[in-house]
Amino acid sequence: MMTGLIGRLLYLMAFQSDYYYAKAQALHERERAIKAARGRILDANGKVLADNKTVCTVSVIHSQMKEPEKVISVLSKELGIPASEIKKRVEKVSSIERVKTNVEKTVGDTIREYGLSGVKVDEDYKRYYPYDSLASKVLGFTGGDNQGIIGLEVKYENILKGKPGKILTTTDARGVELEDMGENRQDPIPGDDLQLSLDANIQEYVQQAALKVMEEKQAERVSVLLMNPQNGEIYACVNVPEFNLNEPFKLEENQKAKGGKEKQDLLNQMWRNPCLNDTYEPGSTFKIITMSAGLEEGVVSVNDHFFCPGYKIVDDRRIHCAKRTGHGAENFVQGAQNSCNPVFIEVGLRLGVERYYKYFQQFGLLKKTGVDLPGEAGTIMHKKENMGDVELATVSFGQSFQITPIQLATTVSSLINGGNRITPHFGVMVRSADGKKAKKIPYPVETGIISEETSKTVRQILETVVSEGSGKNAKIEGYAIGGKTATSQTLPRSANRYISSFLGFAPAENPKILGLCIIHNPQGIYYGGTIAAPVIRNIFSNVLPYMGIQKKEDVQEGRKAE
Amino acid sequence: MEEKKQKQEFHTDAALLILVLILLVFGLIMLFSTSEYNGRVRFRDSAYYFKKQLFATALGLIVMYFVARMDYHMLTAIAPAAYGVSLILSTAVLLVGQEINGSKRWLNLGPLSFQPSEFAKMAVILFLAWQIDRTRKNTDNFWFMCGTMFTLLPIVGLVGSNNLSTAIIILGIGVVLIFVSNPRYLPFVWIGTAGAGFIAVFLAAESYRLERLAIWRNPEEYEKGFQTIQGLYAIGSGGFFGRGLGSSIQKLGFVPEAQNDMIFSIICEELGLVGASLLILVFALLLWRLCVIATHSKDLQGALLAAGIMAHMAVQVILNIAVVTNTIPNTGITLPFVSYGGTSVVFLLGEMGLALSVSSHTGQQNAYNKK
Repeated sequence: MMTGLIGRLLYLMAFQSDYYYAKAQALHERERAIKAARGRILDANGKVLADNKTVCTVSVIHSQMKEPEKVISVLSKELGIPASEIKKRVEKVSSIERVKTNVEKTVGDTIREYGLSGVKVDEDYKRYYPYDSLASKVLGFTGGDNQGIIGLEVKYENILKGKPGKILTTTDARGVELEDMGENRQDPIPGDDLQLSLDANIQEYVQQAALKVMEEKQAERVSVLLMNPQNGEIYACVNVPEFNLNEPFKLEENQKAKGGKEKQDLLNQMWRNPCLNDTYEPGSTFKIITMSAGLEEGVVSVNDHFFCPGYKIVDDRRIHCAKRTGHGAENFVQGAQNSCNPVFIEVGLRLGVERYYKYFQQFGLLKKTGVDLPGEAGTIMHKKENMGDVELATVSFGQSFQITPIQLATTVSSLINGGNRITPHFGVMVRSADGKKAKKIPYPVETGIISEETSKTVRQILETVVSEGSGKNAKIEGYAIGGKTATSQTLPRSANRYISSFLGFAPAENPKILGLCIIHNPQGIYYGGTIAAPVIRNIFSNVLPYMGIQKKEDVQEGRKAE
Repeated sequence: MEEKKQKQEFHTDAALLILVLILLVFGLIMLFSTSEYNGRVRFRDSAYYFKKQLFATALGLIVMYFVARMDYHMLTAIAPAAYGVSLILSTAVLLVGQEINGSKRWLNLGPLSFQPSEFAKMAVILFLAWQIDRTRKNTDNFWFMCGTMFTLLPIVGLVGSNNLSTAIIILGIGVVLIFVSNPRYLPFVWIGTAGAGFIAVFLAAESYRLERLAIWRNPEEYEKGFQTIQGLYAIGSGGFFGRGLGSSIQKLGFVPEAQNDMIFSIICEELGLVGASLLILVFALLLWRLCVIATHSKDLQGALLAAGIMAHMAVQVILNIAVVTNTIPNTGITLPFVSYGGTSVVFLLGEMGLALSVSSHTGQQNAYNKK
């Protein structure tokens, strides 16, 4: 019997030893996480847009508490929390109880100086946005555990967050650390930095321009998107009103929420990025797509003649032109300059539902752009089988369906850059915290969605729209600018709410920048050509020189300099 | 040869005495190591348990000394009375006992508390020796066996009502003594079969006993398997040479009441397989010495006493280690001389005194015979 028991012991202590040792170890060790520093977000020039600052977490350890009364009074005074609240934490029998997180470092240092036993002040990182509201709906912000909640912060969570480290300490059954056992430390790995194509200078300038027009036109909101049509890099994405990233849970002053749910709804609304989270009827800017499809398919050429009596009858419907009196006789280029609905209805009808739908799909309009921000909305389009001539006619001049602004900007970019469907994006490069490793982020490009030749024709037509047509308010002396205006009425039409927009690009022959300005519900004059085009002109006249794009006289020199 | 015999005349069994002293010293060291944390946490005195145990050990040594000097026949003569007293005390504890950890096992006697069940074990050994010796003519009679077991039933019932483990030990002592006194083997097969059947019925009668069985098979899946699991963690953590004396972590509140029944697991954790095996070896030597004393005894009474004491030691050591290593389902049995318990150590030392008395009288008798 004794031998049997020794045998059993041998089994437990030699063969099962590792198993039980590991189990026991797991039981004895308490894990304290060390947060990893979150990667920074940098703009195109390396300016820090999202940074970390040191804050403190104050906790109490029940079993080490010697003067609970003093602890309660000190913490209450320093942290500004009612004593009764702190009392609850202090009296709770647990191994460690968190009292307050995100305490300013100076306050944490003060508490530490009291030298109270049973009070622990751990240093920690908190996200900090040096530019407050700049690009707020793009960058997004982080939550209490430093996890991304919206925007790039959540999209690039895995790159930014790093790997938390931990301190393993051996404790007795009550959770009291054993002093002579030492501690097992695993250092945290800081998150990688993310470099954007977004340029803080441009963003700041565009934001001011957007705020100015919003104020002047008493508009509800204004969105401006600036991107490189050749590769999809986004230079600026402004959506005014923006919000303060350092206080993302604070509503705007004129907003008062009744309940928690209502407040959350208002916050969600405030955090939305309308450039990609919301769809709208693009209106006349969409004529660029109809134009491209018609030219590519050969159903229309620049010199084709049209006649606009002020309306066009499709089946049993009479669809009006913006100019009720009609544009009269005009060729296709003039039709584009005049933004004449009957011309584009005609082009649409010549294509027919089947072919129009084919190009709609070929241009990438049915799928999402793949922009590196969360929550991109999809296109809301008629089903092909439900599309009659009336639907086709309205789609041809940008109505009766909805796309996101980013979708419009991306598609037009692809049509004017020679037919390469690019992926719009903010993130360009991922760098390790020590700067030693850098990795470019690859994005898919789909080539040949339209021929080089058609692309060139579209650029030329759109250039004349600005130089001679409805987009003349975007003209800048010395630059060849292409563009298209749009004015659309939001649903329900009876509300008389308008969206005025302008899409422009420059230089027209070799576009380096594309801008889209959308003004929601402006008061007074609401024509896109009148109020949105000047915004893009203002922006381009500053941003083009900033980007080193020379005026026409020295285009030759500019090319050489590149 | 003559020289050696001469020595034995005046000395008790030195080997037994040395083994007992080794166990006592080792036990006290381990008890201090194991109870240090609990004493510090509960009573703000690291030596709280150690001091109480030390006092009981000193008392026990005095008892052992006097019992060893006595003629054991004087003690067996008062065995029926002792048995009666143990019955009274066991009844008393049920009525006015002090409850500790949910069990009424202690009688309060001023500053000291006393566990009648420990006394009962010794009383049973004495009583059985007396009874079997009295009816020695027909010990192979089946009815004798039944009768002998029957006389044990009152004390088994009384003790077993709140201390199942001790009742098992008492029954174990009874079976061993009858076996020793009986030249035949077959009846024991019957007793074994009957015992197995009895255990099955006994277990099935109360669902919580079946639950204990389930916990035994899969301790990690039951909340009540906590103690067992913690014991296994401690044992497994030990490895070959252990964490070192005093370095157990499991004793820091993980193994509940580490200084009691589960102390062997802490010994494993601190001293490893080697230390634990050595301790088992010392116990084995002790049992061997008791066996030698029993076979060398000049009369049946002495042999029965030594055998009873051996049975007591063997049952308790084996059951304790078996429980701690989760070889059998959990039941609260202490490890002799090592686990915390004042009454236990006093009576165990009393029993050792008795064994020493038997051994020394054996020597005298042999000497007389030589003359």
